[in-house]
Amino acid sequence: MTTIDDVISRSEHRNIVSRITGLPVFWVFLAAVLACLSLTLLTDTFATSRNLFNVTRNFAFVAIIAIGMTAVIASGGIDLSVGSTVVLTAMVISVLMSGGMSFALAAALALGAALAVGFVNGILIAYVGMPPFVVTLGMLSAARSLAMVLSNNKMIWEFGPDHQLLLWIGGGSSFGLPHPVFALLALGIVMSLVFRWTRWGQYVFAIGGNEQAATLTGIPVKRQKVTIYMFSAFTAGIVGILMTGWLGSVTTNLGQSMELAVIAAAVIGGANLAGGEGTALGAVVGALLIEVIRNSLILLGISTFWQGMFIGTFIIVAVAFDRLRSRRT
Amino acid sequence: MSRLKLSGIAKHFGAIQALQGVSLEVAPGEVLGLMGDNGAGKSTLVKIIAGNFPPSSGTIRIDDKPVHFHRPVDAQDEGIEVVYQDLALCDNLTAASNVFLGREAMRRVGPVRIIDYPAMNRRAGELFRQLKSETRPRDLVRKMSGGQRQAVAIARTLLAEPKIVLMDEPTAAISVRQVAEVLDLIRRLRDRGISVILISHRMPDVFAVADRIAVLRRGDLVANKRTDASSPEEVTGLITGAIELA
Repeated sequence: MTTIDDVISRSEHRNIVSRITGLPVFWVFLAAVLACLSLTLLTDTFATSRNLFNVTRNFAFVAIIAIGMTAVIASGGIDLSVGSTVVLTAMVISVLMSGGMSFALAAALALGAALAVGFVNGILIAYVGMPPFVVTLGMLSAARSLAMVLSNNKMIWEFGPDHQLLLWIGGGSSFGLPHPVFALLALGIVMSLVFRWTRWGQYVFAIGGNEQAATLTGIPVKRQKVTIYMFSAFTAGIVGILMTGWLGSVTTNLGQSMELAVIAAAVIGGANLAGGEGTALGAVVGALLIEVIRNSLILLGISTFWQGMFIGTFIIVAVAFDRLRSRRT
Repeated sequence: MSRLKLSGIAKHFGAIQALQGVSLEVAPGEVLGLMGDNGAGKSTLVKIIAGNFPPSSGTIRIDDKPVHFHRPVDAQDEGIEVVYQDLALCDNLTAASNVFLGREAMRRVGPVRIIDYPAMNRRAGELFRQLKSETRPRDLVRKMSGGQRQAVAIARTLLAEPKIVLMDEPTAAISVRQVAEVLDLIRRLRDRGISVILISHRMPDVFAVADRIAVLRRGDLVANKRTDASSPEEVTGLITGAIELA
């Protein structure tokens, strides 16, 4: 005889499987795995340790900012200025270090510059009430211009006394993993916990779900929004520093149109552009899929001119899927 | 003793007189139906009681103690809670998270403070049981019926052990069966000694649940009488102005 408890436990048991398969992240991850498998079979260059090393490092850069972008998107906003924040941070640390400053101090000031960008974004969006799209589009232009002014649009490849340290931090590896991956792991774990278990995380999703309700229940919405944009700028700043060390030289076209790959990664990973949804894990998996696809285009000998087409299509398809999903429920 | 006592409340916005000399009392555990046509001053009065803005003149007393509200938090501190017309719920969060929105239960784990979801789910479950609602704390609000959503919004007010709950058009946009549910919720609040001010356009709902009815017309209080001494016809007349005063 089946009791009601049996039925409940059975439905809960089914829930675990259906909950995993119901997660968009699961399917994106599956797609990435399938892409990796087919590339391993189709090419003899993909599964080499050299290529895998490059893929993991490249994807880490996009994934780190995608976590910051996920916070912004989940709160119902958008940040188009991250690519420009990357180059501004890279320029600040390069100029300071080539002037003889230590890595620690220069990195702190560079992150300060990134946080300042986020602060200005946040103030204009939260307190002046301007649309995030407009503010961060303006900042996209302004921050890159500032980086050009700062460097006089010259390439910098000499980083003073801490030159080797910078190159080691951004371009080196430990235990067989490139250093940016460690930064990504730390950020991913911390932010997964923060999103779920802290007030700050809860308020990100509350604001994205219903900003009016968040305000009425006494959540400090404006202050929270400023910190959200500062956080996304902070992740861009981290990447700016790491990329400087990895490349060993900085030009003012660093991070150009990176915001698109980052937004694509976040959206593919389940961040809802209408706000209220998104996970750190999803952002990482989304970035992984994009990098694998990008890498496969190169390995399969397809012109790199097609990359923009793929990223653009990805964003649109991911949003279309999201629409279908929300219509079904 | 009166729970809430308004004396000579007036409010003008520039040259526009939204309220003039409204005096009104609500007893503990009393349900007051506040009625009036659009622009009669209902929402202005509610916003004054909820602390959204201060009156131009007049005094508010709670339990015979004069109070002055400058922000909604001031009113909350005095035990006034509001259920907004659109309920102010986040669809993407669980019922429990919505009940505790902005007042999350926290606990310490080492040096950090984290949200205490088990405690929130437990307490929200208790509140739903008190309201005799079948809402489950862990369910997403997105998947709930109109009545359940009302229960979440009302449970939120109960969290603060309120003295007065203001409800703005709670039955405006839900089905007939759910209206009955909401009216039951209001009776439960009353049974707990909480005063309820119900703003509504729907005559049958007000007559079903209110002990007393107050009618505003163009910023004037034109009636304030027991429900059993009035009739829907009379109230309609008072709202439209066909009856001058009652």
